[in-house]
Amino acid sequence: MATATGIYHTNYRQDLALRQTRADWVRLALLVLFVVVAPFVASPYWLTILNLVGIAAIGAIGLNILTGFTGLISLGQGAFLAVGAYTSGILVARLHWPTPLAIVAAVLLTGVVGAVIGLPAVRLKGLYLAIATLAAQVMIIYLVRTWDVVTGGVDSLVVPRPEVFGTTIRSDFIWYWVILAFVVVATLAALNLFRTGLGRAFVAIRDQDIAADVIGVTVWKYKLWSFAISSGFVGLAGALLAHYRSIVTWERFTIDVSITYLAMIIVGGLGSVAGSIYGAAFMTVLPALIQRAGQAIRDVLPGLSQQLPAVQLGVFGLVIILFLIFEPRGLARIWERIRDYFRLWPFRY
Amino acid sequence: MSTFIQLTVNGLANGAILALAALGFVLIFKATGVVNFAQGEFLLIGAYIVWAGVVTLGLHWVVAVLLGVAVAVVMGIVIERSVLRPMVGESAIAVIMVTIGLSAVLRSLVQGIWGTTLRRMPEIVPETSVSLLGAPFPVNRLWAIGIALVALGGFALFFRKSHYGVAMRAVADDQQAAMVMGISVRRIFAMSWALAAVSAVFGGTLVAIMIGVSIEVATFGLLVFAVVIVGGLDSIPGALLGGLIIGLTRQYVGGYIDPGLGEVIPYIVLVLVLLVKPYGLFGEVRIERV
Repeated sequence: MATATGIYHTNYRQDLALRQTRADWVRLALLVLFVVVAPFVASPYWLTILNLVGIAAIGAIGLNILTGFTGLISLGQGAFLAVGAYTSGILVARLHWPTPLAIVAAVLLTGVVGAVIGLPAVRLKGLYLAIATLAAQVMIIYLVRTWDVVTGGVDSLVVPRPEVFGTTIRSDFIWYWVILAFVVVATLAALNLFRTGLGRAFVAIRDQDIAADVIGVTVWKYKLWSFAISSGFVGLAGALLAHYRSIVTWERFTIDVSITYLAMIIVGGLGSVAGSIYGAAFMTVLPALIQRAGQAIRDVLPGLSQQLPAVQLGVFGLVIILFLIFEPRGLARIWERIRDYFRLWPFRY
Repeated sequence: MSTFIQLTVNGLANGAILALAALGFVLIFKATGVVNFAQGEFLLIGAYIVWAGVVTLGLHWVVAVLLGVAVAVVMGIVIERSVLRPMVGESAIAVIMVTIGLSAVLRSLVQGIWGTTLRRMPEIVPETSVSLLGAPFPVNRLWAIGIALVALGGFALFFRKSHYGVAMRAVADDQQAAMVMGISVRRIFAMSWALAAVSAVFGGTLVAIMIGVSIEVATFGLLVFAVVIVGGLDSIPGALLGGLIIGLTRQYVGGYIDPGLGEVIPYIVLVLVLLVKPYGLFGEVRIERV
């Protein structure tokens, strides 16, 4: 397959297009093919995994907007997910709102909470900010656990199956299409965000905040916007998680979750929307594979399969370390390198 | 009144231990500019090595602590060599994340080797209770305060008087100038990691005496962040004061209002301090230039 040797734009329309070469379109077609065929061939187990990948992808895109594109580290991802999940869950389970409306409310509320949590970012950056978000994580989870009149406290909150247009969404198969639609919307929204002035301002802050200030970017305002928009995405992921799992407990939103999401965007690639999705897929499928491997060797090595949680944690940590040392720009960069190799093949450059 | 004394002593003990743990953190940050998210796991490993030395190997506790120190030195140097050195020059996010990854690996090692059951630290210091102004409290708290203070004093002396201590402070001050003066910055980096791990052996053992040997030691270690932020990331007196502030508020709030709130109050204090003084109480204010 011959590809273009350069990109020559002759009008503004071409310049603005998200996909510029024929290879881009072919890649998109292959992706669509995979996405459409996958739910028909996947076993119920893998279908669940695919759904979780989709939800994680939305959350990871959200975190990447904040950490990868604006350069603000957040250790509060788990808490933001919790806000989204509990808001949507409570609105549906206790106040009997329609599910779509509850999800919208969750997105907005998480965005507002995100902006409030981001307030220290007006004065802080780097590590101090990371610790401030860690504090937010601890406080929000504490609030969830003690405010039991509303959240159910340490007991779990049961969310009824969502009902849309008179039909109840029950099967994983239907959920797959619902989640897929959200992933597509979130991806397009994020890709287009960085073509607007707002998104460009985020990138300017990441690259050099003082320089950004000098060229007229109001740093504190855009930092808060970044927190709000990023949290909106994460709130959506949380709300979807609540309705998909139909049960919400605080244990699903601990600091470990925050770290897992950070791992996703690092493995995938900081500052890359596609990378967020690769990372979400990688970090969701990896534990499943480890679990599978553990079951397979249960008869051979019973001792090791009991160590599964420890092994899983260790592999997580190792993956983070190895990626950071050997490929700090993540899977997205590895993919680019493979693509470039074949684009120029058989020549080296 | 008796509750007050009990809470104060507990708070001071917690604070002294936290200060010791925070010292290791500040040490690494000052010398190498790396924020070590694995400090809690360093405490954990220190506690487990000493426990295993006394219980599994049947050593005297002094020997076990020495063993812990030896392991800590090796661990610190290996980690600095293999994980942190390739990260020199990378962005702050990347370095923070690599230590988060490190903490996951270390925790999984501990879980894999020793499991997750709670174990009692054998009686290193007397476990009797004495009554003080009508309030009974365990003597081991006093011992914890004493040992932590001695260790802190030892480290302070090391920095002031010893050859290497001065070299470390020089590197923390200005790496290039230190290099020009013939100090091996690499060696100082390795040494600050080793020393941080050693301070964690003492800290971890003291924590384990109070709350038992389990993964919870690392959770206690998470409070180190609150301590260093309150005190200022690069200040050793700040670590001491921050430790005491966090230790005491935690006990008072936990004892008088609600134990659950006591777990969260350090973070509330931390946010309040950050809002007023973004670099902590004693942290060096950095003026950035483009």
